[in-house]
Amino acid sequence: MSLWRIVFKSLRQHLLSTLVTALSIALTGGLLMSVWTVKEQSQAAFTGVSAGFDAVLGARGSKLQLVLNSIFHLEESPGNLAWSDFLDIQKNPNVQVAIPIAVGDNYRGYRLVGVTTNLFSDVEYARGRRYRVESPGRPFDATLREAVVGSFAASRLGLRPGDKFHPYHGLIFDEKSQHAETYVVVGIMEPSNTPADRVIWIPLEGLQRMTGHDPKAAADLSAVLVKLKVAIAGQQMDLLYNKQGNRLTFAWPIARIISQLFDKIAWFDRVLALVAYLVALVAAGSILASIYNSMNERRRDIAILRALGARRRTIFCAIVLEASCIAALGMLIAFVAYGAIIGVAAAVIRAQTGVVIEPLAFNTIMLWAPLAMIVLSALAGIVPAVKAYQTNVAENLTPVS
Amino acid sequence: MPLLEISKLKKSFVAPDGSNHPVIDVPSFCLSEREQMALSGESGSGKTTFLNLVAGILKPDSGSIRLDDREMSALSEPERDRLRATTIGYIFQTFNLLQGYTCLENVLLGMSFGPGVDKGFAVALLQRVGLGEKLRHYPRQLSTGQQQRVAVARALANRPKLVLADEPTGNLDHVNAREALKLIREACRENSAALLMVSHDREVLAQFEKVQPLDQINRAAKPPTSQIPSPIS
Repeated sequence: MSLWRIVFKSLRQHLLSTLVTALSIALTGGLLMSVWTVKEQSQAAFTGVSAGFDAVLGARGSKLQLVLNSIFHLEESPGNLAWSDFLDIQKNPNVQVAIPIAVGDNYRGYRLVGVTTNLFSDVEYARGRRYRVESPGRPFDATLREAVVGSFAASRLGLRPGDKFHPYHGLIFDEKSQHAETYVVVGIMEPSNTPADRVIWIPLEGLQRMTGHDPKAAADLSAVLVKLKVAIAGQQMDLLYNKQGNRLTFAWPIARIISQLFDKIAWFDRVLALVAYLVALVAAGSILASIYNSMNERRRDIAILRALGARRRTIFCAIVLEASCIAALGMLIAFVAYGAIIGVAAAVIRAQTGVVIEPLAFNTIMLWAPLAMIVLSALAGIVPAVKAYQTNVAENLTPVS
Repeated sequence: MPLLEISKLKKSFVAPDGSNHPVIDVPSFCLSEREQMALSGESGSGKTTFLNLVAGILKPDSGSIRLDDREMSALSEPERDRLRATTIGYIFQTFNLLQGYTCLENVLLGMSFGPGVDKGFAVALLQRVGLGEKLRHYPRQLSTGQQQRVAVARALANRPKLVLADEPTGNLDHVNAREALKLIREACRENSAALLMVSHDREVLAQFEKVQPLDQINRAAKPPTSQIPSPIS
């Protein structure tokens, strides 16, 4: 009968405490792994999202706000820029594509973004992938009140080609601020797994000239999305707009600007790491307490094993192995908890930001968290194992005669 | 040549008041191979302590225990554990079966610390003690007499040269006690094991050809029971 068998028997004999302890480890482990994965994946996903552009030109202000507003469709616009600014940058020899956008309206909380049809013809949001409209459907006609709805927004709003809707003023949905114009959905975009999926795309002019908007600003833009011929040319543009000029902001490169957001909340990483260590310690402590508290009832069994010839070392190893097995069992169940938690988290992140994280993608924490938990639990098991090691055989075997 | 040879064996325990209390003082003792001997003595006469010393569970303060031609005092604790597992079978008054293990597993467990697990022999032993139909039963599902029979089978699992039995019939009724004793003696004979049993039961002692009062071999077995402290190894 192997050491494993002895451990298995002990786990079964103390089934309730084994399960309760393993479940508590499963919950903490699952939470730990999912929070960590969400953090890492969302950071990677956010910094990896450029929607096919290298830079954004906007009004003077925060680069981060500009990128969040025009690429991620979050946050308010930092201000407007003139149509001539768009024409200027379009003519710049470093620029491959310049797409002007205007924001300021929504439909039931989903942003309307005014854009030119170049979005569908000139932009690759990933290598070889363009924004396409699902069949049946087509891109909007820039001269009509037509809309192409992002795939996620369409599924949430239940919009299909042929449906009509009235936009609402502002970026936050308010039933009282409905525009008079009626837009017809002419297409649904194929899912791109970018923030574009959460947006309703309409002709630029349509948004600019929506009733209730300031007629003086009818030609203004919220931003210009820029694809450079050579990425390094961004340095020149940066110099031109940010250093030499003082009226506009050239946000480049997008990934570095987004990473600044995560740099600003780096303290959260440290807090998270601290919480993770504490959670792991508490989980290991629960194993220690569980086994330690059962030592009184185990003494007799240990004495019997010793009387049968088991060495102290064998008993010690059995207890440490038992602690490790509880942790291993807990971490096995933790993957179920992980799946559930990260599934919900991924759905929430996608709904709120359009950024897609892969719940089943491998993350190194899936390897080191179980390993660390097992090692930590084995270390915690040393305390009761020492007590088991010291068990007085003669005292615990039998009444003295 | 004797299987077990003891000389000048001494063991004492620390009493609650801090004084040293001698429990075992055996100038000499011998047990031959395949011999069956009973030691008689009242409670507190040091019977269990004596058996625990022979089994290597306790370490003597001084003296020599030579078992199967090996000097136990010269052995380290792991070596004593190994010697106990391979050479000695122990039957306890309270059986000391592991409650989470079936009858068969209890016997197999006895083998696992010895020369090796032999499932066929374990089954044969349980069949020999009349429990062939209850291999998968847990101790709680057995009568007291049946539990003692499992303990007998376990004690013989490693084909020991010496079986130690500490009041093995103490928890059994009259009829079961007689049957258990008969079984132990027969099983030891069949397996060529010597038997050293301690008991205070006259009826049990009467069945042995060789009975030795413990107070005749143990000089320390004088004080009344109430003065003997709990052993601390």
